Amino acid sequence: MDFTIAGILMLDGVTNGAIYALLGLAIVLVFAITRVIFIPQGEFVAYGALTLAMLQIGVVPGTVWLLLVLALLAALLDALKALRRRITASRVGIGAIKTLAWPALVMLLSLWAAPRQLPLIAQSLLTLAIVTPLGPLVYRLAYEKLADASVLVLLIVSVGVHFALTGLGLVFFGAEGFRNPSFWDARFAAGALSVSGQTLIIFMVSVALMLSLFLFFEHTLRGKALRATAVNRLGARLMGISTSGAGRLSFGLAAFIGALSGLLIGPTTTMFYDTGFLIGLKGFVAAIFGGLASYPAAAVGALFVGLLESFGSFWASAFKEVIVFTVIIPVLLWRSFQHGQVDEEE
Amino acid sequence: MPAFRPLLAAIAALIASAAQADINIGISLPLTGPASGLGIPMKNYIALWPQSIAGEKLNVIVLDDATDPTNGVKNAKRFVSEDKVDIIMGSAATPVAIAMADVAAESGTVQLAFSPAQLPPGKDYWTFRLPQSNAVMAHAMVEHMKSHGVKSVGFLGYTDAYGEGWLKDFSAVADKAGIKVIAAERFARSDTSVTAQALKLATANPDAMLIVASGSGAAMPEKAVVERGYKGKIYQTHAAATRDLMRIGGKDVEGTYVVSGPAVIAEQLPDSHPSKKLAIDFVQKYEKAYGAGSRNQFAGHAYDTVIVLEKVLPVALKKAKPGTKEFRAALRDAIENMGRTVFSHGVMNWTKEDHWGFTNETGVMLKVVNADWKVE
Repeated sequence: MDFTIAGILMLDGVTNGAIYALLGLAIVLVFAITRVIFIPQGEFVAYGALTLAMLQIGVVPGTVWLLLVLALLAALLDALKALRRRITASRVGIGAIKTLAWPALVMLLSLWAAPRQLPLIAQSLLTLAIVTPLGPLVYRLAYEKLADASVLVLLIVSVGVHFALTGLGLVFFGAEGFRNPSFWDARFAAGALSVSGQTLIIFMVSVALMLSLFLFFEHTLRGKALRATAVNRLGARLMGISTSGAGRLSFGLAAFIGALSGLLIGPTTTMFYDTGFLIGLKGFVAAIFGGLASYPAAAVGALFVGLLESFGSFWASAFKEVIVFTVIIPVLLWRSFQHGQVDEEE
Repeated sequence: MPAFRPLLAAIAALIASAAQADINIGISLPLTGPASGLGIPMKNYIALWPQSIAGEKLNVIVLDDATDPTNGVKNAKRFVSEDKVDIIMGSAATPVAIAMADVAAESGTVQLAFSPAQLPPGKDYWTFRLPQSNAVMAHAMVEHMKSHGVKSVGFLGYTDAYGEGWLKDFSAVADKAGIKVIAAERFARSDTSVTAQALKLATANPDAMLIVASGSGAAMPEKAVVERGYKGKIYQTHAAATRDLMRIGGKDVEGTYVVSGPAVIAEQLPDSHPSKKLAIDFVQKYEKAYGAGSRNQFAGHAYDTVIVLEKVLPVALKKAKPGTKEFRAALRDAIENMGRTVFSHGVMNWTKEDHWGFTNETGVMLKVVNADWKVE
């Protein structure tokens, strides 16, 4: 191995690592706030990339209908709850409109936009508008009632949600894969290395997103409320912070990050309906590095996973996944020695 | 109306005996689930099958196995115990077909598998496959490599049974032709990047690169290899012989050599190819019913099944009556001794030792030219 090869491998590893970092951050975020180990994180990556692919070929993506159906279910549940509590019809109506307005708007927009072959950027924004609201709805329907259940129960629900979303992905997008067009076709040569525009976009967007997350948590009221919920749910509630609202917001952020990651890697690989799962799992390995609590450690872990994967495929491609996932074991050992015995439900 | 009784009984007996003489065929196909894309076109062609062959009515039962081995076994058990079928067919999904083979062997019923089901030696006494084996396809590919002066090959394939099967079969055929596999790298369909593998292969700089992947998964590794500046010949297997390769690969896959069965490229076949007439007949029949461009490999297997039945049923009927154990055994022997038979998918010659059967006349090399197939 000479310097050029190492350079190319490192570039490849860091590019993938940037995506794993985004997903790792989302997984840490969701876990800190809701204690949900969010296995379906990867599904949002596939949904993002494939929704854009559907728009590219001029078809209304199935995710639009999923959004609408989930919103209807949520509205129905809200109405039933209101009925039991004898809340007036007008307030129920307003609540339902609030839940349904955005999905309906997105549906109309997609119906209008799908056959029109809008520019790539417009289609990407529409994709984010379709996939992001799926997050809060998934939380509302699958997790909210169980918010106080044990981590194990929430994990089992996550497995169920993962299977449901993967199956729906097969229905919506079919068994064949798609590759999206590049956002930026330029290529830059730096010595023997050649960097594609898409790679630069991946770096820039990842860094920008991490920075804005940092600013959001440090400098906005909502961000601080999320952090408070993460530190102490009961205390936060006593301070008037809605924990279910915090849960929905964190799932919304997770879905947004997932869809964005999907848009970013869509042009560099072929996406299938089930590709997201493995990508999400690698994000999860990265999150483990941070003990599901530390954002910087998760980001560093993600870069490590990306590099390990890249060099692992070079030396022993048949054992690549084995190498990546086996790394969890020493990391878990190290973390448990470092922190000693901790009860699962503190 | 006591007078009617004997008459009714006579009619009933007549119907029963007629039903007895029907040839019962049980077919299990993946009509739902991940492999439904293979099963549905087969069902479409089965709907076009003749009503009777050799003067006997065909009684065809098609069940869905949902690409699930458990369902496939359930279907096969129903076929042998309730429907008392003479032949089991299916499935188009490999794992399901493998699971069904046990039921076929236990009950002593012929199984025509629509997928390249790898069974341990001796386990396929009752099973015959209709798709081409990798070795037959590798033969066509190696012939092409030989005539183009390829001496060394780099292998980039799936980490699953398909990739490993190809590596094994291809290495064996290539070795005989003096072609060496100098590097072998693996990847998975869901990988986000194959840059590292492509880099290693490009550094080894073989004369040709063999990529073993299926459908739309075949384009990504090839793009990665081209991106690393590899300039040699690139070969793809018959699982990649779909338009998805061009849809995703775009201009990067121009000039790729792809091995394929003959059925789907009927019109382009050279006149010397034995399957040309049947392939054209299949394509015309299928596209007349289901629209232009609807042809595909698996509907072709359903077409070839009729050729088998037309050839073996008369032979077996001479020996025994349908619905009996003797008839099923006679059918098996007839298939094994069918001899050289031209299919739309190539030339079949099942023997006692070889239940795969396609001869080396089968594979055709295609080249991607202007985002379309051209026969080499």
